[in-house]
Amino acid sequence: MDMNQYLSMFIDESNDHLQSLNENMLLLEGSPSDLSIVQVIFRSAHTLKGMAATMGFEDLAALTHQMENVLDLVRNEKLAMQDFIFDTLFKGLDALESMVQDITEGGEGKADVTGIVASLQAIVRGEDLSATGAGAEAKTSTSDPSANTAIQLDEFQYSVLNQSIADGHRVLYVDVHIRENCQLKAVRAYMVFDLLERSGEVIKSSPSVQDIEQEKFEHSFSLYYITLKDPAELEQQILNVSEIDKVTVMELDQESLQQMNEMGMASQEAAAVAEAPSKEEAPETTAPSAAPEQAVQKQTPQSSAAKTPAKSSGGTPSRTIRVDIERLDVLMNLFSELLIDRVRLEQLASEVQNHALTETVEHMSRVSSDLQDIVMKLRMVPVDTVFNRFPRMVRDLAKSLDKKVDLIITGAETELDRTVIDEIGDPLVHLLRNAVDHGIEPIADRINAGKSETGTVNLRAFHSGNHVFIEIEEDGRGIYRENILKTALKKGVVTQDQAAAMSDDEVNQLLFAPGFSTAEKISDVSGRGVGLDVVKAKITSLGGQVTIYSTPGKGTNFSVQLPLTLSIIAAMMVKMGSEKYAIPLSSIVETAIVRKEQIRTVHGNKMVEFRGQHIPLISLSRIFNIKDFNENEENETEIIVIHKGERLAALAIDEFIGQNEIVLKGLGKYLPQIKGISGATILGDGQVALILDPNVFIK
Amino acid sequence: MGEEIKVIVFKLGSEEYGIEVDKVQTIERMLPITRVPKTYTFVRGVINLRGVVIPVIDLRGRFGLEEGEYTDQTRIIIVAVNDMEVGFIVDSANDVIDLHTDRIETPPEVVGGIKAKYLDGVAKIGDDRLLIMLNLAEVLNKSEIIQLESLEE
Repeated sequence: MDMNQYLSMFIDESNDHLQSLNENMLLLEGSPSDLSIVQVIFRSAHTLKGMAATMGFEDLAALTHQMENVLDLVRNEKLAMQDFIFDTLFKGLDALESMVQDITEGGEGKADVTGIVASLQAIVRGEDLSATGAGAEAKTSTSDPSANTAIQLDEFQYSVLNQSIADGHRVLYVDVHIRENCQLKAVRAYMVFDLLERSGEVIKSSPSVQDIEQEKFEHSFSLYYITLKDPAELEQQILNVSEIDKVTVMELDQESLQQMNEMGMASQEAAAVAEAPSKEEAPETTAPSAAPEQAVQKQTPQSSAAKTPAKSSGGTPSRTIRVDIERLDVLMNLFSELLIDRVRLEQLASEVQNHALTETVEHMSRVSSDLQDIVMKLRMVPVDTVFNRFPRMVRDLAKSLDKKVDLIITGAETELDRTVIDEIGDPLVHLLRNAVDHGIEPIADRINAGKSETGTVNLRAFHSGNHVFIEIEEDGRGIYRENILKTALKKGVVTQDQAAAMSDDEVNQLLFAPGFSTAEKISDVSGRGVGLDVVKAKITSLGGQVTIYSTPGKGTNFSVQLPLTLSIIAAMMVKMGSEKYAIPLSSIVETAIVRKEQIRTVHGNKMVEFRGQHIPLISLSRIFNIKDFNENEENETEIIVIHKGERLAALAIDEFIGQNEIVLKGLGKYLPQIKGISGATILGDGQVALILDPNVFIK
Repeated sequence: MGEEIKVIVFKLGSEEYGIEVDKVQTIERMLPITRVPKTYTFVRGVINLRGVVIPVIDLRGRFGLEEGEYTDQTRIIIVAVNDMEVGFIVDSANDVIDLHTDRIETPPEVVGGIKAKYLDGVAKIGDDRLLIMLNLAEVLNKSEIIQLESLEE
């Protein structure tokens, strides 16, 4: 079967499961005796295994299977979670992750995991000998169907069966054994149920349908079945399902039914005594939906509602759908077309001055701005998708550095545009590493400083105006001005004179200077050749900023400010000769007009005075080779004062057109990166205007 | 042996060129072009093609031919190769023909001043028509462009 069409779904879902596995393992590490978490983990692992096996990723399925074995012992309280088990399971998760990664990149998800498998097996074996031997034995000996697997019926089910026999239907007791080496026994069981339901009604099964679906059964199950079919024929049909070992079909009359039921009651009681701890807990904690579903079955045993168990997968149905990001991009493109037409219509309406037209256009404007909101929101993703990998990372990091660190995440539901989300992960990883490695002190130092031995890293996200802030704050050693300056001087980043004149904030910004690292020794965490300068560059390229607040001895806060979206920005449209350009409002400080005599020349560079300081005047017409505009010929020149951080510069332009919301578009793959131009937008008249990247003009 | 392909025929000067039809997205009349500063001379700028910004290059300029005036016949052929969408400005484009690949011969060293590496081959159609098949991947080759850029600096 061609599985390619399911591949992307498989990848998405596997990632979801891996994520949930990671999260729950971390939870479990916090409270190792909470079996309900183990159940959740087990189910996730189990689904993953099933999916991998169906898709033919054998290695993935095999490794998950081994992990499942360990988890199975844990949830049956035959094995207590310990540190080394966590470590092994985490290693297994990592391996699974890299396999899924490989599949995502078009590989076959193969990996050498013999080491992990061996340790998992050792864990299983180690406990097997002492604790589980007897239990397992007891279960496999349930080969005699009438003795152990007899089913207890409630009164209603019993009378339904009894009535059916009286009405001349066949009531059968079916006992099915699945081969021991079967990989997907729940699937086989499903196939049997499916087959049975085509020509009759399953009244009750043991174990329950929910348990069978979740593979909570050994290798056999039994059920009561009402049909008109011939028992021998049915037996043959069930045997035709592959990997079915043995089938017993018994036809019951009223007398034997009564006997069976009595036997069921007796064995149920016996079983309850023997397996109380494990069996009791399982259905209760795993499937909250199981109880109501059973209730429905009892009330309408003969209606088609009895078919539901085999199909429902437990768990609440998701109220979301997955959408290909490319489709959203197309929607966005189409929508921006609409915006352009809207602007054009508004222009026309104001020219024509027709009342009815103006009203219609205004209405359309309102509708389209609502639509714009919705389209934008479709692209919003909670930062959760980035944050969720951090707890695991911080755990591993703290472990390898021998520190104790609590990561507290707040505001994970804060939403950001998908394009920003995709880019922000790496810088955040780096800042978090920095916080744990350089910020939080080793345990001994913390105790000496009178702090608790566990350090706290706060990772928070929140909205503020048109921006999202992400802050990484720790209660570590803080930043000492002298230390930074010492390193900066040593590395030649600043001179002695500069250093003396710097404000604390400027000193902190030195951390982002290329080639700067305050780490005295290189640990395996830092020193990977990537400095904070890369972080800053990335964030700046996203239109964001990083600010550092620090109190020596108390801790440090890296605050990252990000734009909500990268697709639509507010811009000032300007004209230079016959050409039009857009300048992002976020980089503009002010607009002004300067007279020719106010422009001075310093070292051959033009400067203008702006609020008491001299700032460079940049000639766009010269840089861009604009033929029909030259500010030197003007007596009064319009300027736009732009900033990059604290530094200012003025751009000489011909004429302001006005402020506008513009849709960012790329210039296509063919053109190389052009310095000073970050993209293009389409104007109301259909013309393309280039968007300036003012950051480039300030050195 | 060989197969029939459909080819868009366009003109540069007196020569006729061909591009396989499945690489051509659309043929447009001349559109307003926005100049893009600081790029190669043969890049005329960018156009708005139904909401998508696409760079256009003057094919005469790309091949080092003498550049001509744009007329009513001037067309922009939008091609898509290797994920790149680019518009070619050509003198005219008004023919689609069926061509048997057997009829395409390896290109001679120099045809009309255009380096042979831009060509896939030359096809003889009718009695005296020569059709020059373009190698689009080579025409849009970026590595060569990067060289060009470094030469200019």
